[in-house]
Amino acid sequence: MTLAARALDFGFRGRTVGRSVDLELPGARIVCLLGPNGSGKTTLLRTLLGLLPPLAGDVVLDDHPMEQWPARERAARLAYVPQAAESYFDFSVLEMVEMGRMAQRGLFSQPGRGDRESARGALQQLGIEALAERPINRVSGGERQLALIARALATQATHVLMDEPTANLDFGNQARVLDEIARLGGSGAAVLFSTHHPDHALRIADRAVLLRHGGVMAAGPTAQVVNSENLSALYGRTIEVAEVRSADGCLRRVCVPSDPPVG
Amino acid sequence: MIISRSRFPLWLAAACAVLFLLVLWSFSVGRFPVALGDVWRALWSAATGGQSGLAANVEAVVLQVRAPRVAGALAVGAALAAAGAAYQSLFKNPLVSPDILGVTAGCALGAGIAVLYALPTGAIQALAFVGGLAAVGLVVVIGTWIGGRDPLLTLVLTGVVVGSLFGAGIALVKYVADPYNQLPAITFWLLGSFAGALPGDLPATLIPLAVGLVPLVLLRWRVDALSLSQDEARSLGLPVAALRLVVIVCATLVTAAAVSLAGTIGWVGLVIPHAARLLVGAPFTRVLPLSLLLGAAFMLAVDTICRTAFATEVPPGVATAFVGTPVFIALLAISFRRSA
Repeated sequence: MTLAARALDFGFRGRTVGRSVDLELPGARIVCLLGPNGSGKTTLLRTLLGLLPPLAGDVVLDDHPMEQWPARERAARLAYVPQAAESYFDFSVLEMVEMGRMAQRGLFSQPGRGDRESARGALQQLGIEALAERPINRVSGGERQLALIARALATQATHVLMDEPTANLDFGNQARVLDEIARLGGSGAAVLFSTHHPDHALRIADRAVLLRHGGVMAAGPTAQVVNSENLSALYGRTIEVAEVRSADGCLRRVCVPSDPPVG
Repeated sequence: MIISRSRFPLWLAAACAVLFLLVLWSFSVGRFPVALGDVWRALWSAATGGQSGLAANVEAVVLQVRAPRVAGALAVGAALAAAGAAYQSLFKNPLVSPDILGVTAGCALGAGIAVLYALPTGAIQALAFVGGLAAVGLVVVIGTWIGGRDPLLTLVLTGVVVGSLFGAGIALVKYVADPYNQLPAITFWLLGSFAGALPGDLPATLIPLAVGLVPLVLLRWRVDALSLSQDEARSLGLPVAALRLVVIVCATLVTAAAVSLAGTIGWVGLVIPHAARLLVGAPFTRVLPLSLLLGAAFMLAVDTICRTAFATEVPPGVATAFVGTPVFIALLAISFRRSA
């Protein structure tokens, strides 16, 4: 139950985006992918999902190279959560989640009662079953993101890859989506998510991978890797990692950029 | 909040009932009115093979004159609406339809060339299909090449341009056509009409129609996934490129069947899927069956009014434009004000 990249070069034909990436996503772990704009986060995710062929090296899913997996069996193990954009057509939340069931069903199948129940179960798991019949374009951005996560759950995949699931969300919704990702990891799924907020890694990720110019700058347990020195190098300006004691007495680590130079 | 899913069977039943009544009405009205009871008796006896006991001329009007026309209108309406719904999902674009993508013009050019060379019905169909595929292929290639920030608008404009290119081809066909025999036939047929429908024409329309519709019906749930981003659809395990090709070929085949029978009838493929979506929500699994029924009903109603309401027949293709144009302008306003 592992997704791994081994000496992976990724990108497009004629344009290599990243080189020699090693990465592992074991079950029941949350891995956070950090990196500045243009560092290759999305391209790496697409390669790990099997949507882009590796330029060199391997992506390995459950001990088999990605390209050996038939598309449908791959989809039943590996789910993708895109950024929550508006849908072209106004499906209901339940219908959107139900589409995740296609990963488990034959090409000519139609959604049946079992699929509907799985979809409702996924909505329940994320606490948004009340939204089932609402049009997907008329719920909040955070709720739409949760619906897409529910769709990934409905595929029953063991690995869920999320492309900036907290982008374009307000502060409260970011926290809500992060909570659900943390619970997902707790329930045994392997989650890889990319983000622009190192705070999000500190909050829920077991491990962090820092991507710079398409290469892994640092990787390891979040507490060790997401530190002042690495973040400053990653984002090109001084960033402190401060400790804050919250009201319940827990020690939390947060990132604070340095003050702008005065004068 | 509206629960569209639970209302679907209701709308389906309502559409069936309306369609049934429209068919009876369409059989009974016209220059030679036939009582509803006689219509029923003639149809029933034709279906069961019994004797109707009606006057021969009444039976002839129902079975020989009106039946092909009614069946043709039903088939063409259903075909254009289904093709429109499929194109809209496939291109993730609520503004497209067979006519806006230039597919009808492509089919018309192919069929026009076949008429020009006095080819048989099968060849008319085949060339219409080839013309339609060429048009949609050009639109996809040019639209992808242009790219741009607003793919919705790019696709629509490309369709308009390709449509007018094929329109020029049609003009050329008309120009070189024999002005006494071929030209009137081509012109009349291009206006969009069921007046020329003969009982023998129907199988040639219904067979490609069925061949195109069956894959669309079987794949109807997958068509919904095609309206997601390509990465999402592929991550659900779907063979996206193959599915897109199948849907394009099927929708074009269905359009070609309609155009070969009745010429270029616009707007049905745009308006009907939108009406269906308003009633039962976005999923193609519900939009497709309802579009088939509503398209058939709409086309039959328009054709029946066109042949009875005025002293001379009005081509239904002209009438659908009067309905379709304002609807398209409204849709344009809605989608661009929302994205602005």
